[in-house]
Amino acid sequence: MVGIVIVSHSKKLAEGVVELSRLISGECPIVAAGGLEDGGFGTSYERIEAAIESVYSDDGVIVIMDMGSSCMTTEMVIENMEGKRIEMVDCPMVEGAAAAAAESEGGSSLEEVKKAAMEAAGESKF
Amino acid sequence: MTDNKKVVEIIKVMAEIIHENAQFLTDLDAPIGDNDHGINMDRGFQKVLEDLPGIENSDIGSILKKTGMDLVSTVGGSSGPLYGTAFMKAGAAVAGKNEIDADDFIDIMEAAVGGVQLRGKAEQGEKTMLDAMIPAVNAIKKGVDAGKSPSEFLADGVQAAKEGVEYTKTIIATKGRASYVGERSIGHQDPGATSFTLLLESIAALY
Repeated sequence: MVGIVIVSHSKKLAEGVVELSRLISGECPIVAAGGLEDGGFGTSYERIEAAIESVYSDDGVIVIMDMGSSCMTTEMVIENMEGKRIEMVDCPMVEGAAAAAAESEGGSSLEEVKKAAMEAAGESKF
Repeated sequence: MTDNKKVVEIIKVMAEIIHENAQFLTDLDAPIGDNDHGINMDRGFQKVLEDLPGIENSDIGSILKKTGMDLVSTVGGSSGPLYGTAFMKAGAAVAGKNEIDADDFIDIMEAAVGGVQLRGKAEQGEKTMLDAMIPAVNAIKKGVDAGKSPSEFLADGVQAAKEGVEYTKTIIATKGRASYVGERSIGHQDPGATSFTLLLESIAALY
């Protein structure tokens, strides 16, 4: 299954998104990389790197970020993990994660999981 | 212009000046950002300081690269990947060198600007550190071309960077967290442009 990593400045926010996605898709390898080592706000290179490694398989990993340094730090981690199948997805964090987790659990490819997350951007809630 | 020993001294001054201005930088970030720029930069440079003894005999490229890696790992905000990439690209521009001249210094500064542009996907005029960096590098280049001494062309660079910081007060932020406050960002100087000016002043302080 394609792994999913949620990167946020906030530890609680990242963990909450993971929690919600697991309610829907309990089998999907989805983990949080939120906040700094000490629990404070920010993005941690080491935490993102460790999270990606923890869910990495030949199927690949997608990373969903909140904003700003989450995106830039993730970009640097991926650049330094050359040769691995890791992709950042530009999508709404909650909806994108839920859609991607369901797709991953169904055994879809990295491209399909990424597409499902991105399509979440266009869906109306009501 | 400088050898690796002096580069180490410059980085120590940078850490000191950032530490002294941590609260000031954070206060600048409060109205238009997320109120953490100074704290973040200070955390990053304290880690750099801690790691300096292990690398002070390395070549200049390696010292700058390690500084960049430490900033990426520990800053925790956008300035981490931005300054981190700047230092790492600067290091790559002088890889293996134990001494650099004014032309190498221009290469370092241009690589740093390129790194920030690459990482932040920003341009001049968007109320970011680039609004201080680009004019500073242009002023330094002009000074070097005119045959000025390091203390003179660094002073020109600092002056241009300060003018760049003043300019950021007059424009609306369109990049980074400050873009959320839109027009309300007018009147506030950009924290990143300010911290860059402090870093350049740290270099100038040793000439």
